[in-house]
Amino acid sequence: MTEAPPALRRTPLHDRHVALGARMVPFAGWEMPVQYGGIIDEHRTVRNAVGLFDLSHMGEIQVSGGEALAFARYAVVSDPGTLEPGQAQYSMLCDESGGIIDDLIVYRTDDGYLLVCNAANHDTVLTHLERLREHGDFDAELEDRSERTALIAPQGPRAAELLAGLTDLDLDGLGYYRSIRGDVAGIECLVARTGYTGEDGFELFVDARRAPRLWDALVEAGEPLGLKPCGLGSRDTLRLEAGMPLYGNELDRETNPYEANLGRVVKLDKGEFVGRAALASVQQTGPQRKLVGLVVRDGAIARHGYAVRVDGAEAGAVTSGTASPTLGEPIAMAYVPAESAAVGEEVEIVVRERPHPAEQVKLPFYKRPKPDAG
Amino acid sequence: MPSTPPDDLRYSREHEWVKVDGSQATIGITSYAADELGDIVFVETPDVGAQLKQFATFGVVESVKAVSDLYAPISGEVTEVNPALSDSPELLNSAPFDEGWIAKVTLSDAAELDALLDAEAYAALTGG
Repeated sequence: MTEAPPALRRTPLHDRHVALGARMVPFAGWEMPVQYGGIIDEHRTVRNAVGLFDLSHMGEIQVSGGEALAFARYAVVSDPGTLEPGQAQYSMLCDESGGIIDDLIVYRTDDGYLLVCNAANHDTVLTHLERLREHGDFDAELEDRSERTALIAPQGPRAAELLAGLTDLDLDGLGYYRSIRGDVAGIECLVARTGYTGEDGFELFVDARRAPRLWDALVEAGEPLGLKPCGLGSRDTLRLEAGMPLYGNELDRETNPYEANLGRVVKLDKGEFVGRAALASVQQTGPQRKLVGLVVRDGAIARHGYAVRVDGAEAGAVTSGTASPTLGEPIAMAYVPAESAAVGEEVEIVVRERPHPAEQVKLPFYKRPKPDAG
Repeated sequence: MPSTPPDDLRYSREHEWVKVDGSQATIGITSYAADELGDIVFVETPDVGAQLKQFATFGVVESVKAVSDLYAPISGEVTEVNPALSDSPELLNSAPFDEGWIAKVTLSDAAELDALLDAEAYAALTGG
């Protein structure tokens, strides 16, 4: 007799997704909506109006206590010591070799530091942090708040308009990568101006029990604004257009931040942290390979795993690729030898055994238009 | 939602359809297949003159998330390929049974149609 695989976990919004006709798929041990009406339509809705994402599968780990900051500074590669109250920063946990364990966002909150990590790495991250805390004998507490925290993200140019109608919080005063605690639709949340789409948007951290009510309020208020629920399919096409890495594709334990264009996140001078020596060495010699952005001009779609050739020889592989709804062309990211990385230079991507020319372009592929100054 | 499979077509279990007109046939994929695939972004069609063999792969259809093979529902020589598909692959989603046709083929063996399903049997197969 074979053992049944463990049942997939469900977010507090599972019933909402099913009622909306979502196609549900397994993702990192969770049953998640990949699309409702269609990936391209959802993608365009985020670019032009406002899309609503359920990100409750992600992990939320609170660091508190007398040495919370010291611990956080030791664990991540960035410097949480520079965070003002309410400010957040994109960061990574690396191992002693400088390999990336996870990428995450560190939020400075009124009760310490909130680390929001990928669902797929939740257990690994928690175990790693607990080990570090013990070995370093830090006076800090780690609280895994993932189960009781839901995360709902309205993203798009009309996201601010949507929230403004549901809250008294000063959203104009809430800048990018800032957060504030307050009521949205009468429900207490941590409102963060962060996202993974390349548009303006918010991530609302809310008590899991209140999530369905908050979701319903956002959907109702969003109706006249053209709001649509959006799944993981569009989440992926949006972040790829925005040049953002995905752990498991661009980032993994065999990759260091410098290879992934994330050297600016690493603060070697802040003091000792896990992976410092290895990363300092890479920074000095330069990484051996580099992540580049590619556009396939003849329309062939490059996908994860497809071979990349430089001067006719296999030199790397596509980490992520798709047909870009906004650009109307296939886009991809891939690692190439550092000496071959140069905007404007051509490589070849092998699609079904045939090489197709691909041009290296500057990332991101898409940048949202600046709001009118006047 | 997939539309009801048209009565005048024949269907393969791989979700392709055939419309027969004498010794000529038009082939495509069904709305059931298109719905399963999601937004279609690319179609790799056979060349004019290519010889299709029933149930062998003859092209590729790509959605946002996946690549799928196309299986020929009948054997024959390709006489025409839908020119609209390179600019508008989404026709396979919006009009899979008409404007989204993939290729026209000269039938090499009409008896092969017996191996295909009629509309009722195909509807039963796809839970329609």
